[in-house]
Amino acid sequence: MIRIEARGSQSLAWKIGLPIISAILALILAAIPLTLAGAPILDSYAQMFSGVFGSKFAFSEMLTRATPLIFTGLAAALAFRGKLWNIGAEGQLYLGAMAAAAIGTGVFDVSGMILIPTIILFGCAAGAFGMIVPATLKIRFGADEVVTTLLLNFIIIIFLQYMLEGPLKDPMGLGWPQSSPILDQGMLPKVMDRMRIHYGLIIALLCAAFAQFMLVRSVWGFKLRAVGENMNAARHAGIPVNRSLLMVAALSGALAGLAGVSEVAGLKGYLTADLSPGFGYTGIVVAMLAGLSPAGVVIAALFIASVFVGADSMSRAMGVSSYLADLVVATALLCVLLGGFLSRYKIITGVSQSGGK
Amino acid sequence: MFDILQILLSESFWSASLRIATPLIFGVLGALLCEKSGVLNLGIEGIFVAGAMVGWMAVWLGAGLWGAVLAAALAGALFGLLHGILTVPLGLSQHVSGLAITLFASSLSYFSYRTALPTVSSPPRIGPFQPLDIPILSDLPFIGPVLFQQTALTFLALFCVFLVWYVLNKTALGVAIKAVGDNPNSVDAQGLSVYGLRIGAVMAGSALMALGGAFLTMSAFDAFFFGMVNGRGWICIALVIFASWRPGKALLGAILFGAFDALQVRLQTEVGAFVPSQVFLAAPYILSIFALVIAARRAEYPRALLTPWFKGQR
Repeated sequence: MIRIEARGSQSLAWKIGLPIISAILALILAAIPLTLAGAPILDSYAQMFSGVFGSKFAFSEMLTRATPLIFTGLAAALAFRGKLWNIGAEGQLYLGAMAAAAIGTGVFDVSGMILIPTIILFGCAAGAFGMIVPATLKIRFGADEVVTTLLLNFIIIIFLQYMLEGPLKDPMGLGWPQSSPILDQGMLPKVMDRMRIHYGLIIALLCAAFAQFMLVRSVWGFKLRAVGENMNAARHAGIPVNRSLLMVAALSGALAGLAGVSEVAGLKGYLTADLSPGFGYTGIVVAMLAGLSPAGVVIAALFIASVFVGADSMSRAMGVSSYLADLVVATALLCVLLGGFLSRYKIITGVSQSGGK
Repeated sequence: MFDILQILLSESFWSASLRIATPLIFGVLGALLCEKSGVLNLGIEGIFVAGAMVGWMAVWLGAGLWGAVLAAALAGALFGLLHGILTVPLGLSQHVSGLAITLFASSLSYFSYRTALPTVSSPPRIGPFQPLDIPILSDLPFIGPVLFQQTALTFLALFCVFLVWYVLNKTALGVAIKAVGDNPNSVDAQGLSVYGLRIGAVMAGSALMALGGAFLTMSAFDAFFFGMVNGRGWICIALVIFASWRPGKALLGAILFGAFDALQVRLQTEVGAFVPSQVFLAAPYILSIFALVIAARRAEYPRALLTPWFKGQR
């Protein structure tokens, strides 16, 4: 006889320990595909580790990779807290990136003090718009936002291809579908010389701190959590549920848009259709690993970025497919899901004490 | 100028519509079966990828076509089992578990493909299913080319529509599956296993989804490409709501969708000079959202959809 019983409250140790154990377990499980691919296990792990911590440059590359993941992780974490399933961060990221490319490539030739905030503002607005549309369709028509945001990702990427072949195309780009470069004064400054790490990271950290504060300390955060935990109860308690949903939709979309801004105006300097290798989707994993806590998002993003950067370097050295990183990330999500269950319930085997049943 | 009527009356148009609809028919039926039992399966997109990869690789490794179809269905059922365990007895979020399955199944497929074939520049081809040539029937005017020159997998899809309809509406098993998606307590009170029924339905539904993927590599194309599923799974999730969880309407929805897709390809050659090609590329996704918006309020959701059920807790 196997029974499942709810534990009391979740202890802090569980909340913090669980994602760490899940992450380590996912890394250990990577030994299976590594063996199947015929790579030496210990050497591969060593290579993965040194690919992240082996040099100052490697470490800065990891931080660069973590930057968009903090934004998309926050986008998912905030929305999921309000039970708004925003799976569209990938599309919203590209909307933000398109706004950055549209504003930053020479329409306004003004000083950086004006240009950079304008780029950020428009990027946020474009991303927010990308989530307000499906949120409105949900509120007005009951259209499931999971499906609409997923489908919008495809629509936005097709729109991006159109923009890169048309209005945003770089006339000097030798026919490549890419935008003109962002003006020099429109680029976010670098944090360190000769490294690619840029001020997008600082903005991401500020956003995480702000989101953490809003969620835990503000009235708005209280309302959002109430809506997420029980929408009907929140409605009865007089919380304006729809307005709360639209608000979190706008914030979530804006954060995803910032990921696009930061990649275009912080890292690449121009927009291409392969700007994001799935940062929007990976953001969901980041948010889940973080237990939907904004502060946790930062740590989870650093871990996932390490997996990607480390696995990249390992796969180059060992000739193992770099899809290993995606596999580890997906496994980590499965582990944290399973672990989340174990933290909330006890599985009791043997004869049940209450008799009966 | 062009003549839409002429396109709509052509054999090749309807033949293409049915061909484009086939993977969607499998996918919609699979999603329908899962959801009828009360479990949303967002693993669909990844299970499509896995079905496409497994089917293709089985043939490439020397299996027969039908053996490969079976292998794809089994792979789908295994991912379904995983989703079923996570969401049914463990009662975890169906949204997150489904997305995790999609990430897991697609990254596992891509990793396996790259590991098996590290250094190919163009994807290796297999001998796919050929259109059936049925004596007399295939020679009928209009109906012949549209219906009877499809590959065997299209017939399998049409048969599955009937099968799912029959099981759901004419058998005790179907009554139990629908009941477990509406009111699991009543099923439990009758001494049937809620867990067993739900996991079984999710496994069967996932096997159907994998067949949709297998059609792509074994009938529509003859190779496996990265990103070849391209949102078809998500479109199926929208179509199930559009079809209000009825197999017959699901077939109709998939064929309408296929017809629209076939039409836009033909229109593109006619008006391509005036309209950017991306408008046509985006059309299927826009159409899906539109279908969802008009159908969402009227749809009769399985009442226990997304609601986990635990034994002994009422």
